[in-house]
Amino acid sequence: MASVPSDKPRMPTPVKLLIAGGFGVGKTTMVGAVSEIKPLRTEEVLTDRSVGVDDLSGVERKTTTTVAMDFGRISVGDDYVLYLFGTPGQERFWFVWDELARGALGAVVLADTRRLSDCFPSVDYFERRGTPFVVAVNCFEGAPVYDLAEVKLALSLPPDIPVLLCDARRRASGKEVLITLVQHAYSRRPVAKV
Amino acid sequence: MNPDEQLYDEQVVRPYVISRGRTEARANLDLISLAVAIRQPTGLEVGLDPEHLAIVRLCRRPLSVAEIAAALDLPAGTVRVLLGDLLDSGFVAVQDPQPEVDVLDERMYRAVLDGLRAL
Repeated sequence: MASVPSDKPRMPTPVKLLIAGGFGVGKTTMVGAVSEIKPLRTEEVLTDRSVGVDDLSGVERKTTTTVAMDFGRISVGDDYVLYLFGTPGQERFWFVWDELARGALGAVVLADTRRLSDCFPSVDYFERRGTPFVVAVNCFEGAPVYDLAEVKLALSLPPDIPVLLCDARRRASGKEVLITLVQHAYSRRPVAKV
Repeated sequence: MNPDEQLYDEQVVRPYVISRGRTEARANLDLISLAVAIRQPTGLEVGLDPEHLAIVRLCRRPLSVAEIAAALDLPAGTVRVLLGDLLDSGFVAVQDPQPEVDVLDERMYRAVLDGLRAL
């Protein structure tokens, strides 16, 4: 930039994608495989009171919890920058999920066929919230190989939810999952208001 | 910096000390809201702590709240409060994510897909 502009400088618009799934399913691995930066960790210090209340009365009764989230970044052209967040695994952190899911374009639910039920809470959450999602089955070595239709059946997913196999360690595979997700989110987007 | 700070357990109290007890930023910043420095401090400003200055230095290019928090090893909430101060005092500009209702923007989907295909 030659001079300092007096008005707001041009900046890309940030867009958020989520990578969810059970503990140890490869969320951070997938973030790292596609991110242009080494995955970073950010922490939210949370209290047992609802987030967003600017009230410090009763502060002595607050209990605080620190929730760590791993994330990465993908610059897409000059206008947008994608941030990928691995969601914190524990279900007691739903309120962090609410913040993460707000404004998110969509979510990848990573599944491991050895512990398929670990991804049920994520599937339920995004279905309930109406966040577009795809299910990516991370192919761990030695894990039983199921037909995708079987996985879909086991998760009792609606027919329009894409289910695909992936290798969370590989960039090309993560890229394919994210493209499938964005295409799905696009097809699912609400009709524009007039 | 508050000289009493050293009296407290660093791990627990420090973020709140840095934000002077404030837990909620005025600007409702998302984890992915981007900040960029638009003015460099002269070092003579009143009310700017070392953490404020560190943020301004970091944000020579646009960085998200989450990235700033990771770089400075501060909780995201603390960074929100500090960014709110810097926004008020005109040192940074902020770009928020698209509001949820605008996630209909066809241009955005196309740009994101093109960008991902080029990975």
